[in-house]
Amino acid sequence: MLESHQLVCISCPMGCRLTLEKDESPIGYSVTGNNCKRGVEYAITEMTNPTRMVTSTVVIEGACLSRLPVRTNRPIPKGRIMDCMELINGLTVISPVHIGQVLIKDLFGTGVNLIASRSL
Amino acid sequence: MRHYEIVVIGGGPAGLAAAIEAHRNGAKSALIIERDRELGGILQQCIHNGFGLHVFKEELTGPEYAERFIHELKDMEIDYMLDTMVLELTSERRLKVMNSHEGYFEIEAEAVILAMGCRERTRGAIAIPGTRPAGVMNAGTAQRYMNMEGYMVGKRVVILGSGDIGLIMARRMSLEGAEVLAVAEVMPFSGGLTRNIVQCLDDYGIPLYLSHTVTEIKGRNRVEAVVIAQVDENLRPVPGTEKEYRCDTLLLSVGLIPENELTRGAGIEIDPKTNGPCVNEAMETSIPGVFACGNVVHVHDLVDWVTAESCRAGKYAAAYVRRTLKQDSEGFVTQAGNGIAYIVPHRVRIENVDEELTLMMRVRKVFHKAEMVIRVNGVEIRRVRKNHMAPGEMEHVSLKLAELQDFDIATVSVEVEEGGR
Repeated sequence: MLESHQLVCISCPMGCRLTLEKDESPIGYSVTGNNCKRGVEYAITEMTNPTRMVTSTVVIEGACLSRLPVRTNRPIPKGRIMDCMELINGLTVISPVHIGQVLIKDLFGTGVNLIASRSL
Repeated sequence: MRHYEIVVIGGGPAGLAAAIEAHRNGAKSALIIERDRELGGILQQCIHNGFGLHVFKEELTGPEYAERFIHELKDMEIDYMLDTMVLELTSERRLKVMNSHEGYFEIEAEAVILAMGCRERTRGAIAIPGTRPAGVMNAGTAQRYMNMEGYMVGKRVVILGSGDIGLIMARRMSLEGAEVLAVAEVMPFSGGLTRNIVQCLDDYGIPLYLSHTVTEIKGRNRVEAVVIAQVDENLRPVPGTEKEYRCDTLLLSVGLIPENELTRGAGIEIDPKTNGPCVNEAMETSIPGVFACGNVVHVHDLVDWVTAESCRAGKYAAAYVRRTLKQDSEGFVTQAGNGIAYIVPHRVRIENVDEELTLMMRVRKVFHKAEMVIRVNGVEIRRVRKNHMAPGEMEHVSLKLAELQDFDIATVSVEVEEGGR
């Protein structure tokens, strides 16, 4: 049976509606509905290893605000987002923190760090 | 009385860029007046990524984008006052100002730059029927509570409006463990960027109901349920299509309004379409020496465009102070033709434009495969092909000075033609 998926491409504002079908080609899928080749790249990444940047906040003590914004320095696999949030929710930092400061190193062995996204 | 060459009202992205650029262009004294406790404006609560793709060629979060400008500003001799409110601006560019440690005082400026940003439309502005319980709040307000103050605003949430703030908050609340039940949008298309629908709704399995609105809010002390219904082509609810969601929170993301109380008070001409001041090529308002930039002029979807526009305002304000901004002619007018909601700037004195004139505009509806037709004095000079345009995404048309030089221009118009060649 043919395995088929519908996606909206987010590479640019066009929002092409892509259809992926599993086939015997080297990349494993055929992509239709795209207006440029970026659509194919997006669809394949999205099917094989979708990733997202995680942005959130952690508790900070001794600052004028009670939350410090944080982010992953690179996108992490989509399936790890909620695990990442669990780590973030358990973290408390003490002011001063500098922008870009690493708060958690090497999340889940991905090599991605959690960093402060402002100085506080 | 205190005197500055340039006073900027508002220390958000527009005010920061305008002050920095005015300083770079020779302003000897500049002051930013900010009513919050810190600089950066709304960027400080926008902790998601996606800022700076055009200006810095990288994807930053809001606070990161702000911090770059704040750093630059602090290295320059630009003054700023925090926790300080401008009560009134006069047409002679005198500011009536107040804060808690100096009380009331006045400041005189040779040029003023308005950079007060915008405010969210509220429940009152869209007249939702039902009771008045706690738990109905604007998406941007909720964003500030969550991201800066550390309060969780609700556990079961319905969102009205699919503007970017609403979409971003749908993801934010999901990440923090809330259940976002639905996003309702009264228009047949989303007001937000497609990438936000994918990353903020689809990723979390949140349904988006287009052509739907909230018809009732239930609950005495706290929101207990929200009813949404489909609307017809006249945006009237269709009986029998109601869906009720048990929830404790309703977030509203139903549009932004430029904050122009000071502008109106000074007697500056306002464009009823943008709700912001009418401006010329220098981002100068109807009062000479008073400039405006960013969301106070028209609501932007990308901060990068706010920065670009504000740099122009800062540069021209510095030129005004140096007496190098040419003020003799009235200039030509820009006209929004079919399919275009508005164009900024409203007037252009071509003698002040170097190299290129950028027109910013929004289309009225979603277009697929259309052409933007640019006409000078009614004569077509260029067509720009567009595969996709939507009201949620600002359009730019850049005209080279060389394209305009041979004309004695009265009007420049832009119109959308569907289909095209």
